[in-house]
Amino acid sequence: MTMPLVEMKDVTVRFHGARTVHAVNGVNLTLMPGETLSILGESGSGKSVTLKTLLRLLPENRTEIGGEVRVAGADVLSLDGRALANHRGGVVSMIFQDPMLALDPVYTIGDQIAEAVMRHEGVSRQAGLARALDMLTRVRIPSPERRMKAYPHEMSGGMRQRAMIALALACRPKLLLADEPTTALDATVQIQILLLLRELQREFGMAMIFVTHDIGVAVEVSDRIAVMYAGEFVETGTVRQIIREPRHPYTKGLLAANLHGAVKGERLDAIPGAPPALETKPTACSFAPRCPVRLDGCESARPPVAHFDPGRMVRCIHAVEPAMA
Amino acid sequence: MSNATSPSPEAAAPVPASRAPLLSVNGLRKHFPLKGGLFGRTTGVVRAVDGVSFDVAEGETLGIVGESGCGKSTTARLLVDLITPDDGQILLESRRLGVDLDVRELRRHVQMVFQDSYASLNPRLTMEDAIAFGPRVNGMPAAKATALAHELLAKVGLEPRRFAGRYPHELSGGQRQRVNIARALAFSPKIVILDEAVSALDKSVEAQVLNLLADLKKELGLTYIFISHDLNVVRYISDRVMVMYLGEVAEIGPVETLYANPTHPYTRALLAAMPSMDPDRRTEEAPLTGDPPNPINPPSGCRFHPRCAKAEGVCSAGSPGLFKLPSDRHLVACHAAIPGSGHSLAEMPA
Ligand SMILES: Nc1ncnc2c1ncn2[C@@H]1O[C@H](COP(=O)(O)OP(=O)(O)OP(=O)(O)O)[C@@H](O)[C@H]1O
Ligand SMILES: Nc1ncnc2c1ncn2[C@@H]1O[C@H](COP(=O)(O)OP(=O)(O)OP(=O)(O)O)[C@@H](O)[C@H]1O
Ligand code: SF4
Ligand code: SF4
Ligand SMILES: [Mg+2]
Ligand SMILES: [Mg+2]
Repeated sequence: MTMPLVEMKDVTVRFHGARTVHAVNGVNLTLMPGETLSILGESGSGKSVTLKTLLRLLPENRTEIGGEVRVAGADVLSLDGRALANHRGGVVSMIFQDPMLALDPVYTIGDQIAEAVMRHEGVSRQAGLARALDMLTRVRIPSPERRMKAYPHEMSGGMRQRAMIALALACRPKLLLADEPTTALDATVQIQILLLLRELQREFGMAMIFVTHDIGVAVEVSDRIAVMYAGEFVETGTVRQIIREPRHPYTKGLLAANLHGAVKGERLDAIPGAPPALETKPTACSFAPRCPVRLDGCESARPPVAHFDPGRMVRCIHAVEPAMA
Repeated sequence: MSNATSPSPEAAAPVPASRAPLLSVNGLRKHFPLKGGLFGRTTGVVRAVDGVSFDVAEGETLGIVGESGCGKSTTARLLVDLITPDDGQILLESRRLGVDLDVRELRRHVQMVFQDSYASLNPRLTMEDAIAFGPRVNGMPAAKATALAHELLAKVGLEPRRFAGRYPHELSGGQRQRVNIARALAFSPKIVILDEAVSALDKSVEAQVLNLLADLKKELGLTYIFISHDLNVVRYISDRVMVMYLGEVAEIGPVETLYANPTHPYTRALLAAMPSMDPDRRTEEAPLTGDPPNPINPPSGCRFHPRCAKAEGVCSAGSPGLFKLPSDRHLVACHAAIPGSGHSLAEMPA
């Protein structure tokens, strides 16, 4: 039987400092090799923190991480030294909204990719450069030989995004973490990058976790969706299940607010209010203050978690008893 | 197609064709000098807005879409005279700016709300002072301005007793954007330009603000110019839509006509680039390759020709200009749609 590539068990992330933030509050996730999951949620819901936990990119001294994180058999929370260095970039790599977070402005694109390959795989500079050229070709940068010698600032936005993807995939990671990599791009460029990621993901057989607040983007790139609210997954399922039979009231509201097929001149089904501040550990349903189908118990106890098929989960009192508004 | 789809339920009866538009823009042009080199000499120009013309009827919402850098915000800033055009005319109710309409009056009637709700608010002013500021500068007595501020806070759904004394950092993004809208309304404008005004908001909060905009429009008889890159939002809110490409108008028409029958190849590509929302019909091929070129040295002729699958010799030779299609108020700048243009897909002239 195939082992899961990623297993997160009851993961919590809390930041200490001027104010405490309960950013992630019990995330459970299993991802098989080659599978793609989108994490869908609003600003501040904990999407980026979840990804950074998988790469151990959070500030060690102010962050308290609980639970268990395993990637490709390794216990991520206890990695250090060489093992951690190999984990980052070798096993798991990440792409961002702003490519300048990943690219070094003072080196050419070719040198940066070659250097990463040499460091992780111990190959010669020549082999590193050959891989760099191959990667630039695969991400379809026009005239790749010439672009090997280009600096990041000499490229257009879409091209920089491609270069960042080439760098992230150069060492053939098993898992690619994508944190809103297309949010800042123009519509006609965004779809090009989404299709490219889909194609490379299939070609390399890697798993992908794609963070976005755009449902349409999640539909284009992933097999499964996890809907995140206030640091928790409130609903998970296949893309079809989430789009066609959403069961959590927040997911339903989000789909309505996406305005896809909204009728002109009719009022939108807006979710009132705003997400909570996360200063305390949740003791009730975090969505309760905004929920249109809230029951008396919702504000005093944690909602039950209903599991249907493997991978189909809903965290709502109504999900257990089918009667739902 | 007729104009049956054009007016939204809250808009008044269709504007009779004879009546002058509320706002009219003719041949608007703005080029920014590009400084560079050792002595900061001008090394080129950015053709940010290059001959843009359109009308806005009273009570309608005109959506403006197009990719980054195509000149949407520059157009908006020209309309409120935050920057001065190099060329072109702006007419409000048939009065021409600089002739029989002065800037102060234009700015009172045309207000703008920006994307970044935080940057547009002074961190040291309470919400009531932020809203009352404009009217006071324009001579309204302090007590009256404060009362107005409270009234407007209530109007945008923020209970004055709770919110009047708060500072910007004490509000959520959606609440701050409501305050920005209230501030624009303090001038009793006829037209409100919303430049990516809901783009930074979370989806669930965005829907609240869109409902608010619809309510205010109905109640106050406002006219909107709504700039956004979100084609779903633009479709929902607009009566007509203008598509811009590299400083020019590519196509403009009633919203349903434009979405159902996009005529300009760029409009088609833009709509086809929208993520699918149907897991069984995911996008298989990107409608366009490459990034939009920059507006410093725009391509000759039709500026879209290097990316256009239908480009022919005539397209790089000459600029198509906006052509009025037989259907109501639908204009397009594409040789393939202009009879007698010489493009092989164009009809022969009658
Ligand atoms: N290093 C940090 N120190 C303290 N708080 C943090 C830190 N990083 C994130 N947070 C807080 O944790 C919460 C979750 O943040 P996160 O970045 O994961 O949100 P997100 O879902 O990615 O949102 P967005 O869509 O805006 O990127 C937020 O309240 C954020 O302010
Ligand atoms: N003050 C300025 N000086 C120089 N160039 C400018 C200035 N303002 C805008 N530009 C340039 O003019 C062009 C049009 O910019 P504009 O802000 O109008 O685009 P936009 O359509 O609003 O784009 P976005 O969707 O990114 O907001 C861009 O190339 C921009 O860099
Ligand atoms: S548990 Fe209660 S408050 Fe929470 S989403 Fe379900 S019904 Fe709404
Ligand atoms: S004028 Fe020519 S290049 Fe321009 S959009 Fe039409 S067909 Fe394409
Ligand atoms: Mg984030
Ligand atoms: Mg802009």
